[in-house]
Amino acid sequence: MKSMPFRITGRTLAVAAPYVWLLIFFLAPFAIVLKLSFAEPLIAQPPYSAVFEWAGGLLPNFTGSLDNYQFLLTDDLYINAYLNSIKIAMVSTILCLLIGYPMAYGIARAPGAWRNALLMLVILPFWTSFLIRVYAWIGILKNNGILNNVLLGLGIIDEPLQLLHNNFSVYIGIVYSYLPFMILPLYANLARMDDSLLESAADLGCRPWQAFTRVTLPLSIPGIIAGSMLVFIPVVGEFVIPELLGGPDTLMIGKVLWNEFFQNRDWPVASSVAIAMLVLLVIPIVIFQHFQNKDSESNP
Amino acid sequence: MNKGISWFNICMLLFGFVFLYAPIVILIIFSFNSGKLVSVWSGFSTHWYGALFHNEQILEAAWISLKIGAINATIATILGTLVAFALNRFGRFRGRTLFTGMATAPLVMPDVITGLATLLLFVGIGMARGMATITIAHITFSLAFVAVIVRARISALDMSLEEAAMDLGARPVKTFILIVVPLLAPALVSGWLLAFTLSLDDLVIASFVAGPGATTLPMVVFSKVRLGVSPEINALGTIIVLLVTFCIVIATLIFQRQERQKILDDQMARRG
Repeated sequence: MKSMPFRITGRTLAVAAPYVWLLIFFLAPFAIVLKLSFAEPLIAQPPYSAVFEWAGGLLPNFTGSLDNYQFLLTDDLYINAYLNSIKIAMVSTILCLLIGYPMAYGIARAPGAWRNALLMLVILPFWTSFLIRVYAWIGILKNNGILNNVLLGLGIIDEPLQLLHNNFSVYIGIVYSYLPFMILPLYANLARMDDSLLESAADLGCRPWQAFTRVTLPLSIPGIIAGSMLVFIPVVGEFVIPELLGGPDTLMIGKVLWNEFFQNRDWPVASSVAIAMLVLLVIPIVIFQHFQNKDSESNP
Repeated sequence: MNKGISWFNICMLLFGFVFLYAPIVILIIFSFNSGKLVSVWSGFSTHWYGALFHNEQILEAAWISLKIGAINATIATILGTLVAFALNRFGRFRGRTLFTGMATAPLVMPDVITGLATLLLFVGIGMARGMATITIAHITFSLAFVAVIVRARISALDMSLEEAAMDLGARPVKTFILIVVPLLAPALVSGWLLAFTLSLDDLVIASFVAGPGATTLPMVVFSKVRLGVSPEINALGTIIVLLVTFCIVIATLIFQRQERQKILDDQMARRG
């Protein structure tokens, strides 16, 4: 029992260090974004008006306004960017799932020695520079790029296709960059699945595809949800891909936020765009956390 | 699960891997192109590698990125490991729900939101922007990724080893250093490497919280790419890809050998 007091303080310290860090550098910033979204832009340093003013009372007076949110609702740009981001994120998630599921399934069923090698091949691109991998697609999709040159050379097309700077290239870039995020949780789920379930299904007269749709697919739903959330949520706020591969008409909310901040220097509007995005993402994030934590705790 | 891999599966795997690797292979090939175009082959040359190593701006930014990456990875590994222990081993404690939320949200939070929010904090507390602010912002999201990796390893860990050490009179700290840390080593190394590459890779958050004099490598690459493609960037990309592949393959081989040794030891112990 001598070690008891140390144990308690040791544990408390072990939790407190990351806890305090996250409170200050992760949670507090969101409170500031919320506050700033009620402010007005000023040409000053920092470039926004005060939201709370001390008038000598116990509590400060709230002097902010909802103008920024009203502005977001009245200007088509924001609503369109918002809806378009959701659409692009949903379509990309489905595409990742359609390509990623068979891949994850194939890896999970591959012979043991192959499995690690294949898994490493999925993880490897994820470790190399995201920016440079997106950049690589510019050289492929450009008007005088590799794909057009190959198609022209083969005589399949007569003049270069417009492959870059449109929604097509944005989808290619997103699916390419986020595919590993879909495969990894699906693989983790499928690799854990009990073989005997499929055997009993077969014994009971299930055809392979029936066994798949009735046993494998329902059991892999947690993996599907985890993978989909890992793709959907960050893609909604994606900036680099629409900026580099998208065209002028590729509206995405992440790009809008970036431009509000870096070009218009309107910090309050940028903040309200961020809050609007967060409101949209809160439910997917909560779902993701639920599955993420259930998974981490139940790992064998 | 290793029976019944169908032709469909094999085709999908092939298609998927071609999709994942073709751009990287093309990137590498055209880094050795003598011409200025990255899509028309005009002969072999290492000219662009030479140009890259004489580009002061890129070299300076790379040095800054490496420094930030290393500091970030070290602190994020420590904090991420603490998070993993708190979540997997400490049971219930006050504020656990909030803690779990804060430790998993950075995994999916869009960069533009994190970047803006963190910047506003630094402006609010009047902290000068530069390398320190970038490092802090990177640690905050990297630690969440480290925590995921370490948690997976902890839940696979055999608790009886720790209990045995404690029974034999080792204090918790000693048990932790002598038993737990060596067992966690593979997760700690991959956590460190992941945090390092995440930091080296981040453009958006760094752009928000950077100040004058702290331009990271992705920021330089981004401004160059915006102006158009350049074989210099291909050369840089090739170096990054080869370096990362080399590190990961080495790390994997070392850990696989260790695991095999461990299995052999276990078998010997059981027989003996």
